[in-house]
Amino acid sequence: MSVLEKVRPAASRPAVAREPRVTDEHGRRVRAGELVLRYLLLLAVLALTVGPFLWQLSTSLKGPTEDIFSSPPKFLPGDPTLHNYERVADTIPVWDYALNSLKVATANVVTNCAGSALAGYALARLRYRGRRAATLAFVLAMLVPVEGIIIAQFTTMRELGLNNTLIGVILPGCIGAMNVLLMRNAFLNLPYEIEEAAYVDGADVWQRFLRIALPSVKGTVAVVAIFAFMGAWDDFLWPLIVLSDPSKFTLTIGLNYLHGTFAGDERLVAAGTIIAVAPLIALFACLQRYFFRGVGEGAVKG
Amino acid sequence: MATSTVSRARRPAPKVRRPEQRVRRQLATSPWLFAAPGLLIAGAFILYPFVSTLVNAFTDRRTLIPGRFVGLANFRELLNDDMFWIGLRNSTLYVVGVVPALVVLPLLLALLVQKNIPGITFFRSAFYTPVVASIVVVGLIWVWLLDERGLVNSLLEAIGVGRVGFLSDQWLLLSSAMAVTVWKGLGYYMIIYLAALANVPRELHEAAAVDGAGAVRRFLTVTVPAVRSTMVLVGALSSVAAFKVFSEVYLMAGPSGGPAGEDTTLVMLVQRTGTGLTGRVGYASAISVVVFVVTVALMLLVLRADRRDES
Repeated sequence: MSVLEKVRPAASRPAVAREPRVTDEHGRRVRAGELVLRYLLLLAVLALTVGPFLWQLSTSLKGPTEDIFSSPPKFLPGDPTLHNYERVADTIPVWDYALNSLKVATANVVTNCAGSALAGYALARLRYRGRRAATLAFVLAMLVPVEGIIIAQFTTMRELGLNNTLIGVILPGCIGAMNVLLMRNAFLNLPYEIEEAAYVDGADVWQRFLRIALPSVKGTVAVVAIFAFMGAWDDFLWPLIVLSDPSKFTLTIGLNYLHGTFAGDERLVAAGTIIAVAPLIALFACLQRYFFRGVGEGAVKG
Repeated sequence: MATSTVSRARRPAPKVRRPEQRVRRQLATSPWLFAAPGLLIAGAFILYPFVSTLVNAFTDRRTLIPGRFVGLANFRELLNDDMFWIGLRNSTLYVVGVVPALVVLPLLLALLVQKNIPGITFFRSAFYTPVVASIVVVGLIWVWLLDERGLVNSLLEAIGVGRVGFLSDQWLLLSSAMAVTVWKGLGYYMIIYLAALANVPRELHEAAAVDGAGAVRRFLTVTVPAVRSTMVLVGALSSVAAFKVFSEVYLMAGPSGGPAGEDTTLVMLVQRTGTGLTGRVGYASAISVVVFVVTVALMLLVLRADRRDES
């Protein structure tokens, strides 16, 4: 059950559009004064939360002759241009970095979905010696603070000869313990009867997993996929440590590099950040329902 | 979550046992095949590094030199290292500064977006945008906004306050980073609170209203007690995250941690001392151990406070 469904049980109710009166979720009328106050507050918070992104977008569209430091500030570019986006690509290989980020994020989605579904199924549905130990291992792995073990992860990676490679960026997070436990809970909530019927029909464990169990937890798989993508695309500390060769950078590290090297030109940095954030905001806009469900499932069940 | 997942594994429903046992006979190795990739990754890249961090903390290991056992020497050195105390101070200040704001503000925000008025879904999503954006993007946006010549200073000048050196003064810089952390976290905790608020029975509010309680009174006597356990959860999550802060401060203060390194946090110190060809892996591991101990202590503290309130 998604958070939003709980919050607005009557989301599809069309009455609001037809009636001039505004009612709340219980059908009670909201007073006009309160409504105005609410919208004013909402708009103020909107300006605070989205405003900075728009200001960055505006900066990235301002041409070289335009004063970006003026006071009072100019919110709209006088003569909008995409020139800064071309320049950022001349300065750093921003599209290569974006491709690296895309590779890492895609790999993370695939490994996390497959790996955590398999392990989650083993923890929830199969019985074998050591299952409790395996569950405990994942719980412990979930509790270990990543920030505290990065140096040891870095030395481990060096011992494996994978430093400064994208594989090295991908590996530590490629099957998140948290995701395994999320999948385990999803499988636990399925009724056994369905699988039992398939068992009687002679389906082996792989068939039952692939044909019956997995399709029934699609929602959770989607949540895992989205968060794996976002986590990999947004990660900063680990790629910063594991990657040293600028040609292998991911977008976040590349941006930090751009900022450090060309801090003087805010238009360039702004264009770079917009390139990094635009795909995520687009993804979020399409899949926002799953995002909220993910937060609900990840944290509220505590 | 940890305790509930473990305890549930212990008591399977009795009627399901039979088919499961037959499955085991049918394919004795496959359960481990299912779990193996996950266990391998968690073991090799989380649990093994965790253990080796604990071991390395007692050695003088460097990036290219295998370490010897040095006992408590690293920890003794920590006590005399000014940079360590600066890091500990800043990480602690971060918890003190960020956590109260992240417990209270998202709750107020959740109350604001709770009512289903037209367009509210848009506002909820928009308020969540900073959560989705990468911390690097967020950091760079705020560096630009808080720049000596940036938007915030332009506005401050326009209203006659004058320009403020947000990023050049050590304390202003740390406070600005805290504000950015709060700004980025608001939407995330707002959604957690929204889920909790949805479970508050409306009758309680109505009963309080009949008794003549105003909005503020109802908030304090009905809403807050009803979402108290969520507030504790948010407090625990945000305090652990705040103590381990890295990216915001690193991006806004630079790799060396602001003026004279005074804005260095503990995790920044771990990153700085432990990496590179001359990285002191042993010493950085000792700092990491301090990070572990404090985060576990913070969790226990918050959960203890919760239990004491209940009794």
